[in-house]
Amino acid sequence: MTVTHSNAESETILGEVEARLRLKWLILRTAIEERLTYRADFAFSTLVRFLPIVTQIFLWSAIFQNAAGRSIQGYNFSEMVSYFLLVMLTRAFSSMPGLSTGIAGSIADGSIRKYLIQPVDMLDHLFWHRIAHKLVYYAVATGPFALVFWLCRQHLPAWPGWPVMLAFVASLLMAFVIGFLIEALIGLVAFWFLEVSSLIFIYMMLSYFLSGHMIPLELLSKWIPFVDYLPFRYLAYTPTAILIGKIPREHLPVELLIQAGWIAGLFVLNRYTFHRGVLRYSAFGG
Amino acid sequence: MRGLFHREHDIVSAVRNVSFTIEEGEMVAFLGPNGAGKTTTLKLLSGLVVPTSGTAEVLGHVPWKREDSYRRRFSLVTGQKEQLWWDLPAQESFRLHKEIYRIPADEYQRRLDELTDLLEVGRLMSQPVRELSLGERMRMELIAALLHRPDVLFLDEPTIGLDVVSQRRVQEFLRRYQREQRITVILTSHYMKDVEALCDRAIVINKGIVIHDGPLAAIVDRFSRHKIIELQFSDNIVPQGLERFGTIVESRPPKVRIQVEKQRVSECLSSILSQNSIDDISVSERPLEDVIAELFSADDAARAKS
Repeated sequence: MTVTHSNAESETILGEVEARLRLKWLILRTAIEERLTYRADFAFSTLVRFLPIVTQIFLWSAIFQNAAGRSIQGYNFSEMVSYFLLVMLTRAFSSMPGLSTGIAGSIADGSIRKYLIQPVDMLDHLFWHRIAHKLVYYAVATGPFALVFWLCRQHLPAWPGWPVMLAFVASLLMAFVIGFLIEALIGLVAFWFLEVSSLIFIYMMLSYFLSGHMIPLELLSKWIPFVDYLPFRYLAYTPTAILIGKIPREHLPVELLIQAGWIAGLFVLNRYTFHRGVLRYSAFGG
Repeated sequence: MRGLFHREHDIVSAVRNVSFTIEEGEMVAFLGPNGAGKTTTLKLLSGLVVPTSGTAEVLGHVPWKREDSYRRRFSLVTGQKEQLWWDLPAQESFRLHKEIYRIPADEYQRRLDELTDLLEVGRLMSQPVRELSLGERMRMELIAALLHRPDVLFLDEPTIGLDVVSQRRVQEFLRRYQREQRITVILTSHYMKDVEALCDRAIVINKGIVIHDGPLAAIVDRFSRHKIIELQFSDNIVPQGLERFGTIVESRPPKVRIQVEKQRVSECLSSILSQNSIDDISVSERPLEDVIAELFSADDAARAKS
């Protein structure tokens, strides 16, 4: 009797898992289809985003010409170019255009109700949505990325070996998750303050600095010593620094563990904020 | 400066004393003016609002616990775009609903065919939702809401903004579907036509308080103290002095409509008939809208006094 019972139970658990996976898969598929509706507009905006890297390379080549062969905080010109190319790649994983504003908007206009009425998990739903966004983005952007990397090939680092490469990929994927969690969290603040666009703006400015998107964090840490203890560095700096060898190999496991720790912490914070936010929302009249 | 640090909130009780029991398979309307608490009551029942006090139970669940086992058994349809993906054909949203509500494939197909057939939207299934008219979109919303065969359906102003044809089509569909499936339907509306067409029972709410619960027709019996007498005089003139019977609602010689107190109707009729020559005469109830409007203003006035 016990055997059949546990059999039935494991069957329902399997069924539950399967039903959930099927839902995630369908959200992914549907969201991809939705993204493709505006593919022309999307492809154009993707191409425009490659312009800043060109100006950055020109800027740094001018700076390094004056520095005449010396290095800046341990970066020579080639390393600097690789840094910015790889930061661009990392940001393609960790940036979440429209996520915060989307969540805040759905709280403000009440369309968040759909997630409360239907048996779905909003944050999970949005996560798979976002993966779909990213997949479509990569499909469009791979060509331009390859072209820019090929044009700058003489600056790129040599093959670092599999361990470093794997650490880079792991850090890159975690950058995506951290980006999602931070931006979702900022969007959820709208449960308390309906108008969050200025908060989002401040976040974007801060993360531009603190993630290492603007300049390598080595140049910043003199002025902002706590920059290494913030989660933002994992949005741009860390994956990049791993690949160009700025993080010693023996530190890699710890670095990745800390990044995973941030994910766990932010995940819990997301859930808690969502829970409290919904309570507040439903106390104020839904 | 104080306002910066201490926001002052007025506590407005949207719903104060609303108690009712609805049996399975009933179709009930919440009626009331804007701000009466109709929508808030529906939000409570669908778990969007947690009340500061009071209880509610639907299908054995407390709605605001938002358990999945409850959420799989009801639907809420409002007049706004809500459940459908704007840029995609409705069928994509339906397929997503199939997974969200875990509807078996064969059942899904059967229900979808049935609903598209009933609502006559088959040819629109592959058009992006943003290209549909409001009426078509509303019908798609209804399909999305009914695919998982909810036991309870909440409708918040289901026909708001629709033209007369679409309104009637939605009404007809709802009536038919509710009868066939024996689901429980609770709808809010301030369109009396919706309510008259669909519901035998109406719960009238004003300022968060139930002021009537029962058949719609009973509202007229209970609250209307007047009837309408419509007269058509033979010679093309309306005689003077009809005001003594009641209020003249409309006077277009040779026709006139007078609003008369119920207990005076027969007295008026005999007096008029004996003094004039009449071509046509009828006595009717006042329109439901008027009675309810009067009911609300009387209720407001009574409350203002106390």
